Amino acid sequence: MTKTDKRRYLLNFAAAVLVFAVTVVMGMTGGDAMKLSIAPSIWQCSYLIIMAASLNLVLGFLGQLSLGHCGFMAVGAYTSALLSLAFERAGFYTDKSGPAFLLVLVLSVLLAGIAAAVLGLVVGIPALRLKGDYLAIITLGFGMIIVNVINNLPFCGQQGLDQGSASSALYANGLAFSNDEKMSYLWVVGVVVILCMTSMFMFVRSKYGRAIRAIRDNEIAASASGINVSYFKVITFTISAFYAGITGALYSCCNAALATTSFAFTNGSILNSVFIVVMVVVGGMGSLTGSVIAAVLLFLLNYTIKNGGWVDLLPAFLQGVFTYPMLVYSIALIIVIMFRPRGIMGSREFALCDIPKWPGQFRSYLAARRAGREDRRKEAAHHG
Amino acid sequence: MLEIRDLNVHYGAIHALKGISLTVGDGELVSLIGANGAGKTTTLHTISGLLRATSGSITLDGADLQKVPANTIINLGLAHVPEGRHVFASMTVEENLKMGAYTLRDAKRVAANMEKVYGHFPRLQERRRQLAGTLSGGEQQMLATGRALMTDPKMVLMDEPSMGLSPILVKEIFKIIRELHESGITILLVEQNAKMALSVSDRAYVLETGSISMEGPAAQLAEDDRVRKAYLGA
Repeated sequence: MTKTDKRRYLLNFAAAVLVFAVTVVMGMTGGDAMKLSIAPSIWQCSYLIIMAASLNLVLGFLGQLSLGHCGFMAVGAYTSALLSLAFERAGFYTDKSGPAFLLVLVLSVLLAGIAAAVLGLVVGIPALRLKGDYLAIITLGFGMIIVNVINNLPFCGQQGLDQGSASSALYANGLAFSNDEKMSYLWVVGVVVILCMTSMFMFVRSKYGRAIRAIRDNEIAASASGINVSYFKVITFTISAFYAGITGALYSCCNAALATTSFAFTNGSILNSVFIVVMVVVGGMGSLTGSVIAAVLLFLLNYTIKNGGWVDLLPAFLQGVFTYPMLVYSIALIIVIMFRPRGIMGSREFALCDIPKWPGQFRSYLAARRAGREDRRKEAAHHG
Repeated sequence: MLEIRDLNVHYGAIHALKGISLTVGDGELVSLIGANGAGKTTTLHTISGLLRATSGSITLDGADLQKVPANTIINLGLAHVPEGRHVFASMTVEENLKMGAYTLRDAKRVAANMEKVYGHFPRLQERRRQLAGTLSGGEQQMLATGRALMTDPKMVLMDEPSMGLSPILVKEIFKIIRELHESGITILLVEQNAKMALSVSDRAYVLETGSISMEGPAAQLAEDDRVRKAYLGA
């Protein structure tokens, strides 16, 4: 480990501790704004962040288009909701506090991930033998099938388990947090996001990560270098599904009732398979920090459009546009694709220890632009 | 070292290779020449397991290659430099070379092999921090070749190393191929540039629409009237 590496790790560790501390402190503060909007927003942001970053593993690092990522989230959400419900009905815990509930929470989150990963493996083995458009179609189909399957499982509807019925939303959910509980359990968000992001970073920086980037760059050369292409594709897909499952558990913490329409291919909210793809593209394919930034930005855009804010300050005719949020997102996407086709971060990562280098990089960027303009002017003068 | 007997390969209804047989001895440089679509690349892909033969046998030092999956053939000491300079564009030169040694666990051996590769290709050492996608065509070909050498293979399959390169770079690449040959590596070379291929090879095979029409010492083939007319433009 070199000295810069050590500094890098230390800085990242400090940042992780800071994020955790902030969530803890925020959870202990009071106030209506905190309880009614900020804390629930942080919960929602957390699952969007992990969804976008985990899809980036498949889309950005492995280079395969998957359009059913929310299907895995649905599996995770229902698994955790039903599991916690079973524990609650068994009398393992009565109110959402104490070590017994914490144990159930940890179990639910883990099992949500594992259930989604198992499904990811089952879908991935046949699907990843296909390439390009076909894989996209298969994953799209999977997303729709899983929704229908869940709708038709009797224990996934109404009161759930033995009191359930098919084809309706699940109203009972052992995890469902009230606004007060979202505050007191805010640290859970910190822990889950830090653990997920750290492990994803470790994965893409490892030998495995290098192998999957090699597959994205060139499958033939990867195979010729002794990389088992199918194996790595399936593994990456499974890992990505695991994280999507975990976000499902976070989702069931946020919502008292689950309905499969929330995990559709496309819907009116920003939580759907297409929008997660948009987040990855906007953030930059192959940049985990880019996914985090894009998820937060798009969430804030969505939130402010819905709940007012800066939109009210715009001229009246522009405010009209914002009554059609989907139109705004499309325009935002077009703008990003036009001016930064590789996304906000491209394939780079945001790193704390690079910040001191920024002014220098910005100066050389400006110099390069100036030189380019000069060249064009000279060329024009030459031709004229 | 490599022995192919009665190899038949089909792409659906198309009979691409019609019972070809060829051998490459220890330390030999053998080239396979022929026109577009004769089946040269198909032959290499079948040897390295990317394609499966309908019948026939391929053995490397007695081991049956037909039963080995593509990604483990490299462990038997056979490396493949695919056609068209397949490099990992978003990785640096050094990372590309490390990928070539993916199957090696011993870090010391990887470092030693990398030194060796840099010895063959000093240009790659100069550019080791550069992204492979920004290299010139000739440098990418060097990188693809260097990457194949990272496992210290006994034998290398080279597919059209001269494709799309300027005449000066073609000469440079062939100089390197000759050096590799002299260092004792067995090479099966597939080329459309028959003149260059015959000038460096020990022996050669001429492939025509899926069958071998001629074979013999390279010098002798280069003098053959039919070869001269069809492939050397004389």
